[in-house]
Amino acid sequence: MTDTPLLKVSGVSKFYGSRIGCKDVSFELWPGEVLAIVGESGSGKTTLLNCLSTRLMPTAGSVEYRMRDGNFRDLYHMSEAERRFLMRTDWGFVHQNPADGLRMTVSAGANVGERLMAVGDRHYGKIRDTASDWLTRVEIGTDRIDDQPRAFSGGMRQRLQIARNLVTGPRLVFMDEPTGGLDVSVQARLLDLVRGLVNDLGLSAIVVTHDLAVARLLSHRMMVMKDGHVIEHGLTDRVLDDPREPYTQLLVSSILQV
Amino acid sequence: MATPLVVSEVFKSFTMHLRDGIKLPVVNDVNFSVASGECVVLGGPSGIGKSSILKMLYGNYAVDAGQILIDHKDRLVDIARADPRTVLDVRRHTLGYVSQFLRTVPRVSALDVVAEPLVARGIAAPEAREKAAELLTKLNLPQELWTLPPATFSGGEQQRVNIARGFITSHRILLLDEPTASLDATNRRVVVDMIADKKREGVALLGIFHDEEVREAVADRILDVSQFSPRKAVAA
Repeated sequence: MTDTPLLKVSGVSKFYGSRIGCKDVSFELWPGEVLAIVGESGSGKTTLLNCLSTRLMPTAGSVEYRMRDGNFRDLYHMSEAERRFLMRTDWGFVHQNPADGLRMTVSAGANVGERLMAVGDRHYGKIRDTASDWLTRVEIGTDRIDDQPRAFSGGMRQRLQIARNLVTGPRLVFMDEPTGGLDVSVQARLLDLVRGLVNDLGLSAIVVTHDLAVARLLSHRMMVMKDGHVIEHGLTDRVLDDPREPYTQLLVSSILQV
Repeated sequence: MATPLVVSEVFKSFTMHLRDGIKLPVVNDVNFSVASGECVVLGGPSGIGKSSILKMLYGNYAVDAGQILIDHKDRLVDIARADPRTVLDVRRHTLGYVSQFLRTVPRVSALDVVAEPLVARGIAAPEAREKAAELLTKLNLPQELWTLPPATFSGGEQQRVNIARGFITSHRILLLDEPTASLDATNRRVVVDMIADKKREGVALLGIFHDEEVREAVADRILDVSQFSPRKAVAA
């Protein structure tokens, strides 16, 4: 066990006018840890994810991130350029809709290669080799490397988005409903893939999902949100097997059994 | 002899918010300990709280009051109060659990399901798979099944995968929730032998066994859980 967290979140709140987006959220994320944020639509989980990943500026609170040099930096006090660099290199962001995270009109290989060029890779042959290696890892045939994602199925697009995010070896990945719009069989394949990659690469991840089965499979720890507040927080097994709060009990008892 | 597991003054109840917040007491004032090389069997009728005790020890159930002390990496950890990260570390290195049912992961083969706890402890995949194969052979799981995900296996086959997964590591404490429930006589005997091996290695075992023959064979002592039942206290 390492003794320093990767992310320290304290008192993060976001108001839209007088309406609460999320309120007073604090937690720490450790290296190799996967945290699931669950709750129904409108509970504030995406707002929180966007605040944590600096895609949105919170109304109050701070998020400190441990840089590769070991020093903590307050994300909200970095320059825009520094934040963008972090987003491109050390972080990944997997959107629910792959079209939001991919460039739909350039080839699959270029989608992956673009992130490498952003961190300074210039050798065309090497970039193409790495891109084709990553396509294989996410189970996309290398014969599709020159095709545009427009020609891909939903599941393939989502896998391509994951490859694009992981190619730079990020330490932290944010995921917003990564299996949201997919068929169940495609979901299972994607979940297994993500689970394997997270384990192999020792990534930390924050996954927003309304699907408790996804949370059970992927996460170590879980936060349950309702009306912008974190109402329950703990080991994923514990929250799902012995939910304490009325709302969590309602969520868990609403899971359909097959 | 070392005593890696001590349970002291543990209370547990469930509050059912969806049923007007009624409170269901489960166990009161649970006290016991398990020594290295000993197999303690939880006894008593169904619904008395045996599985709940195992789930509290493993961190799946929260505890209302009391301590669950586990000797983990030469220090004492109180599972009742430990943060999630510590509980996961205890599970990885010290505390094993064989549940009644296997929680299958899509697309992961039986062999890899069994090998996973070793891989999580940093052992190389080929070596972990070799050990997994050894255990599955011992438990008579047909080799044709090893490369398939266990989701479609029969109850007895899934249970053997689960047992192999639980027994593959050298955890100092092992919790067993009816590991022999859906096994035939031959495989029950295999599991009895495997438990005897664990005892010789100095593992502390705590289990639930409804099968009388198995219980007789493995138990060093039986802990009657009805003594902790709040219902009995009300009746008395």
